[in-house]
Amino acid sequence: MSDLRDLYQDVILEHSKAPRNYRELPAANHKAEGFNPLCGDRFTVYVALEGDAIRDISFQGSGCAISKASASMMTQIVKGKTMAEAEKIFGRFHEMVTGHAPAGGSESELGKLTVFSGVSEFPVRVKCATLAWHTLHAALEGKQDPVSTE
Amino acid sequence: MTSAARKLDGEKRPVSATGRFDVERVRADFPILHQKVHGHPLVYLDNAATSQKPRAVIDAITRYYEGSNANVHRGVHFLSENATEEYEAARLTVQEFLNAAHSREIVFVRGTTEGINLVAQTFGRAQVQAGDEVLITAMEHHSNIVPWQILCDEKRARLRVASINDQGELLLDEFANLLGPRTKLAAVTHVSNALGTINPLKRMIEMAHSRNVPVLVDGAQAVPHMKVDVQDLDCDFYTFSGHKVYGPTGIGVLYGKATLLHAMPPYQSGGDMISSVTFEKTTYNQLPYKFEAGTPDIAGVIGLGAALQYVDGLGMENIGAHEHDLLAYATEAVSAIPGVRLIGTAKEKASVLSFVIEDIHPHDIGTILDQQGIAIRTGHHCSQPVMERFGVPATARASFAVYNTRKEVDALVRGIEKVRQVFA
Repeated sequence: MSDLRDLYQDVILEHSKAPRNYRELPAANHKAEGFNPLCGDRFTVYVALEGDAIRDISFQGSGCAISKASASMMTQIVKGKTMAEAEKIFGRFHEMVTGHAPAGGSESELGKLTVFSGVSEFPVRVKCATLAWHTLHAALEGKQDPVSTE
Repeated sequence: MTSAARKLDGEKRPVSATGRFDVERVRADFPILHQKVHGHPLVYLDNAATSQKPRAVIDAITRYYEGSNANVHRGVHFLSENATEEYEAARLTVQEFLNAAHSREIVFVRGTTEGINLVAQTFGRAQVQAGDEVLITAMEHHSNIVPWQILCDEKRARLRVASINDQGELLLDEFANLLGPRTKLAAVTHVSNALGTINPLKRMIEMAHSRNVPVLVDGAQAVPHMKVDVQDLDCDFYTFSGHKVYGPTGIGVLYGKATLLHAMPPYQSGGDMISSVTFEKTTYNQLPYKFEAGTPDIAGVIGLGAALQYVDGLGMENIGAHEHDLLAYATEAVSAIPGVRLIGTAKEKASVLSFVIEDIHPHDIGTILDQQGIAIRTGHHCSQPVMERFGVPATARASFAVYNTRKEVDALVRGIEKVRQVFA
């Protein structure tokens, strides 16, 4: 049986209560909206891209503890990274929360994001954990339409 | 054709010798309830989404497939006659259940959604023209919004919406005022799935009829909880889903007044709905078969018949009283928890307890309750306009059925306390 504490780790609860980079970003030149129609979660991710680098990033919106904490920690980890680096982290993160992380793979790239590994025991919550990342991906690609988890 | 065993008004079983409603006897009829989820006894409080099925329904479907399976209205052989008889007997059960005047007014559909779409695509397309109006309420399920939106877009007609107050009650005066000379139909819910509000349906229908406006009723959330008498209500259409009233999924009912059904064009076309076909001309079958194209969900219909008999055996008054007691008990207990706000506090309510907890998203509530074996619904309940009205993205919703107990409400309250601990 999966333990609730595996999902709701203190770091996650703390980020959900006091999300980092939770604001509009006047300097943003990329922006996308993400929406989970199943539960009504909705986020906007703002990115200030300088060349290939994510100079600044922020988000706003409403969602559950998992989606909000994930968005918050995502903004921390990708700030200063290149687009390719951010996409690579998303790939690794996605593998981890869906339980498809390669055996013996290094978790160093994910850093603090490993607190979300418990999500893989709660399949219906995978979309919560990845919503902000899908939205970031859409923002970087310059997509105009809101992305949906469905 | 109905055998005595199929008649409603049979012996009412669950009231014990002491005159009290015996919920344990009811629970024994539902095989699925006796299991553990995540190590805890299952507490199933998602009945507004779908109800569980009693053994009588499961057995009726099994019996049909093991003993009577054949296509209906076609064969001259023994099995086909049996299947047809059972299928039509279920129609009579539904007729009696709704107190419809004629069995030909009972059309089998896939569910409430299809019932509404049928009326929108036939009656609606024939009656609603550019500049006309369709009136709904602000507490409708998406399935009683979107079909009318599509129709109004297509016809360049206007969808009007009567508002609700902060308790989730319809503003009756506004509803009356919106019934205008261009209103071609009022489509209203009997009971709100997200709020639990019971609408003053009879009064609303009187108002509409005084302006010559026919009324379609979405009865999905009402039929499991209260006696519905379509003749007394004088509604023009009434539709419900079998699976919310202890029957199978994929089967439902559209009741329509015979005069209206007669005048309507067919919905889907094909076999069974015709009386003769040549390449030049097709004559449609009589009611209700005009609206039942193709081989129907025979097993579903038979299962639905068994479900309605089961409900009748328990007695709708007993069911309503038991659920009312649970709702009152749960309302008091849950609203006493610090940080909890109830969404939907109408005076007249059925079975639904929607709530939010300060600073905790419903999705997290749902996951933490699930870990304690408690099944509730979280989300917008296919009623996004209702969520918007109350300024919440989603709610947690506990909804009760005849087999729920006060002990399960206690488990829900303990579960919510646990949610608050996790987020403390």
